[in-house]
Amino acid sequence: MADVAAPPTVDVGAAPSAAEERVSVASNWTLVWWRLRKHRLALASAVVLILFYAVVLCPDFFSTQDPELTEARLAFIPVQRLHVFDGGRWSPWVPAVVGKRNPTTLRMEWAADPGRKVPVGFFVRGHSYRLFGVMPANVHLMGATNLAAGRAYLLGTDRLGRDQWSRLMHGTQTSMTIGLVAVTLSVLLGVVLGGVSGYFGGLADAIIQRLIELLQSLPTIPIWLALTAALPRDWTPQQVFLAITVILSLVGWTALGREVRGRFLALREEDFVLAAELAGCSRARIIGRHMVPTFLSHIIATSTLAIPVMIINETSLSFLGLGIRPPAISWGVLLQEAQNLQTVALAPWLLIPGLLVIVAVLAFNLLGDGLRDAADPYG
Amino acid sequence: MTSRASTGGTIPPVGAPLLEVRRLRKFFPIHKGFARRVVGHVRAVDDVSFVIHEGETLGLVGESGCGKTTTSRCVLRAMAPTSGEILFRAADGRVVDLASLSRHELRPLRPQIQMVFQDPFGSLNPRMTLFDNVGEPLLVNGVRNRRSRMDRVAELLRLVGLRPEFMHRFPHAFSGGQRQRIGIARALATEPRLVVADEPVSALDVSVQAQVLNLLLELQERLHLTYLFVAHDLSVVKHVCDRVAVMYVGQLVETAPTAAIFSRPRHPYTAALMRAVPVPDPRVPSGDVVLKGDVPSPANPPAGCYFHPRCPFAVERCRLEPPALREVAPDHFARCHLADELELDGVGTGEAVG
Amino acid sequence: MPPIPMVDTVTAPNGGEPLLSVRELRVAFVMDEGVVRAVDGASFDVFPGQVLGIVGESGCGKSVTMKAVLQIVEPPGRIVSGEILFRRRGSTPDAASHATGKIATGEIATGEIVDLARLDPRGPAMRAIRGAEIALIPQEPMAAFSPVHTVGDQIVEAIMLHRRQWRPEGPRLRRREARDITAGLFRDVGISMPDERLDAYSWQLSGGLRQRAMIAMALSCRPRLLIADEPTTAIDVTTQAQVLDLLRGLQAKYRTAIVFITHDLGVIAQIAHHVVVMYLGRVMEQGPVDDIFHAPKHPYTRALLRSIPSLRSPSRVKLPIISGSLPHPFNRPSGCPFHPRCADAVPGVCGRRVPSLQPVGERQSASCFLYHDVAEPHDVPQPHRADERRQGEKTS
Repeated sequence: MADVAAPPTVDVGAAPSAAEERVSVASNWTLVWWRLRKHRLALASAVVLILFYAVVLCPDFFSTQDPELTEARLAFIPVQRLHVFDGGRWSPWVPAVVGKRNPTTLRMEWAADPGRKVPVGFFVRGHSYRLFGVMPANVHLMGATNLAAGRAYLLGTDRLGRDQWSRLMHGTQTSMTIGLVAVTLSVLLGVVLGGVSGYFGGLADAIIQRLIELLQSLPTIPIWLALTAALPRDWTPQQVFLAITVILSLVGWTALGREVRGRFLALREEDFVLAAELAGCSRARIIGRHMVPTFLSHIIATSTLAIPVMIINETSLSFLGLGIRPPAISWGVLLQEAQNLQTVALAPWLLIPGLLVIVAVLAFNLLGDGLRDAADPYG
Repeated sequence: MTSRASTGGTIPPVGAPLLEVRRLRKFFPIHKGFARRVVGHVRAVDDVSFVIHEGETLGLVGESGCGKTTTSRCVLRAMAPTSGEILFRAADGRVVDLASLSRHELRPLRPQIQMVFQDPFGSLNPRMTLFDNVGEPLLVNGVRNRRSRMDRVAELLRLVGLRPEFMHRFPHAFSGGQRQRIGIARALATEPRLVVADEPVSALDVSVQAQVLNLLLELQERLHLTYLFVAHDLSVVKHVCDRVAVMYVGQLVETAPTAAIFSRPRHPYTAALMRAVPVPDPRVPSGDVVLKGDVPSPANPPAGCYFHPRCPFAVERCRLEPPALREVAPDHFARCHLADELELDGVGTGEAVG
Repeated sequence: MPPIPMVDTVTAPNGGEPLLSVRELRVAFVMDEGVVRAVDGASFDVFPGQVLGIVGESGCGKSVTMKAVLQIVEPPGRIVSGEILFRRRGSTPDAASHATGKIATGEIATGEIVDLARLDPRGPAMRAIRGAEIALIPQEPMAAFSPVHTVGDQIVEAIMLHRRQWRPEGPRLRRREARDITAGLFRDVGISMPDERLDAYSWQLSGGLRQRAMIAMALSCRPRLLIADEPTTAIDVTTQAQVLDLLRGLQAKYRTAIVFITHDLGVIAQIAHHVVVMYLGRVMEQGPVDDIFHAPKHPYTRALLRSIPSLRSPSRVKLPIISGSLPHPFNRPSGCPFHPRCADAVPGVCGRRVPSLQPVGERQSASCFLYHDVAEPHDVPQPHRADERRQGEKTS
């Protein structure tokens, strides 16, 4: 019984190794990152999405020409494949095309003009635009260097002879932004209303829950139809864009609100929340410092999974002609061009925006799945 | 550790009541149907009264569902009692009734009553470092200066036997026993006068329990702490408590000094509870008297004495008339009609009681 | 590999042959973060009619060992090496192999010894043993019963599945008869009004009744070995006393061998005949219960017994403690797993080699260099990554 009178034992084992020390001081976000690193697909998706959002930041830089430039003569030019080597030398070019009107169908038919090449360069000067909406610029990632030799239509043209590549860049900006902004709005709504509902309970909870049930019981498509139909015809594309975003998030926050409420209810019972309460923390501190950070990573994962839904919704609405309207460009608007079967048969490249939708949605879903798995390093 | 004087007031003579709980009740309504009509109540805590004197440890014992945890949560005002008084003598000498205070009025008193949790994994925020976890009570109670908070956290960590360098680590780096020490450091940050320990060792491994029990005893001596020790393990309670209160179906059935209650229990339930604890010695047979049946539901307790359906000594009177808690010996209270007549066996009386 | 000593023939009741012999069992969980050697060379015997208590703290491998015996170790865990020799039922015709015909390892004759570690966990041979010859009483009876069927139906189902145990020959057992058997079992385990309780759902029963129903379920196939995995941890002391009393009574009546797993030394003292003390996947000490509690040999057992408060020990006295804490499973100490916390550790010895389990005195055995200097052979099979880890540790 020698240790009866001993001072408190210093409860330490062997000196921790460097690796252990690294884990010991790793914050939650570091642990999430360590786990996310193991998801190769999620990481690849993140790279794809970074590329997409680079386009969102500055679509004009990535465009080869003005997306609004109409040239009825040059309608339905097919995809001009980009070649980077010319006779073994680095010299990008696309084959030039010549059009011939088919005497029976009276349609322009485009064929490659053998021997004629349209030289293409990187970081070339072209139509002028405003970088981030302010700085005047005219440098583009790619473009035909010699306009006299012809233009480069990397993804072909539509029925008005507009360059699809450039339109796609601008459509990406609209569609990806709508997804992000609409989800941000629904997250705000969901977190605030779900949080109030879960933390305070009582009457507020009852009202918010009934509201969620009401919203969820309404069929979404007719609601969108009704709301978008109510938008005044004379609104500018910017106003319509904003309205569509708000409409999407007003309908879309309910699931998130439910989840946040559930988390709050569960967290309210956690010992460390009670400990904070007993320490004398204010409500704001308990929510802001203890409860929200605990489910923030889950919210991020859930939101990542919600963005593709919003993108699909916007695309569907615009495809039906009820969302973004021309002259504004979005993926849905671009797909509208491919609405009739005949066009699809004659100009299949007009379906390329659909491919982009698929890639974006897949990337968001894979990243969201990875984030969700990595979100709770303590689970 | 700083002196007591810094918390204000003079040191009262040991033995003055620090907390007095009078006729505490906590009922949870049972709702039914679409309209959520109240069809009954779970009488989780039903008329509980006890006193804790400054510097002593009161053990609150009972089986799951007996209301011991609810009682402790009411004392901490983590929930509002249905009725009754919780009189606490604050550091400035005022006696306040915690039961009637609002959330706002409670805040200045919170630092004086702290809690040690059962689960060492759930009671620390995993997203905050030790410094933030242990230092939070200091921060929200006015210690804004980061430097002085760090000094204090280092001091607290040393006090519970941890290295101050661990301050910047996260809780996931520690074992259960170490986390329990961190939880104790956090509870002590505001120099509390009453510490409610809710099963502080029951989630720990056997080889670590003794470390934490020793730490709690030693901190009590050094810091002149008062403990309300909630536990189901009678061996642990006997080891740390000065007085013991036994609960059964929301009621206090017996309360007495530890030596008295263990040498001569006056309530048949207390005696049965003691006999049910398996003794870690194969030469001491146990289980000769096994209590029959199950604990009744606190939503629908039996008439008369709540214990009578399981009591081997029950007489007609026990079935009809609920007994009151009465003093059967000096400072020894029991809620039993037959407390004076029964000769119940306790356990181990021979050893010295320190 | 040197012959493994028969650890415990002396204390075998009636000098009989063991029912279950676990030899050098190793179970590892290979994960991304590293390898957890949950069971690291455990050996012990269970004799017919004996209650063997396995006691240890969290992570000592006591539950995993018995899961390995039942072949229900969850992935990524797997049995790396070792033998689990089980003597099958000999007296009655082996109905299970009648029913299943040929099995993977060849026809198992009655009374034969099989190595459970080599059987396919999902194969018919293992299925015939699991439940019928070795039954489990789990810690959480709530989780063990389906909430959508009555407890009676679930037990009747189990009896029908293993009906040959009840009626080896003659006409098929009828459902009606199985129900009567169940009611009899309920009476055996002390459930009053068995006919009504048969039609109850598990969530309608109290904790004590549910645990009793679980025991009835485990007994429903007349097992010869009952594994009770912390059966009283989730219940209150007065109910625990009832369940222990019941198990003692049933054991006296049916002479079933019981392996009782718990962390509670009090429970072990009150129920076991023979005790195995485990720490970090190794058997530290084993022996008859009286010797373990009154003449413990291994420093871990001694320290553990000293450190627990008891109703019979004085109040408010500092308890002798075991310093330090349980190491993280990825971070096993080299040598004797207990040496960093051991007061008697010999520097340069205990941290180098792993002591093997050797007889100490007449009836006990211990893995400790204080009593012998027989170490484990170095070439013990390890999961692949564990080897790399160990080498890494040596060089650092």
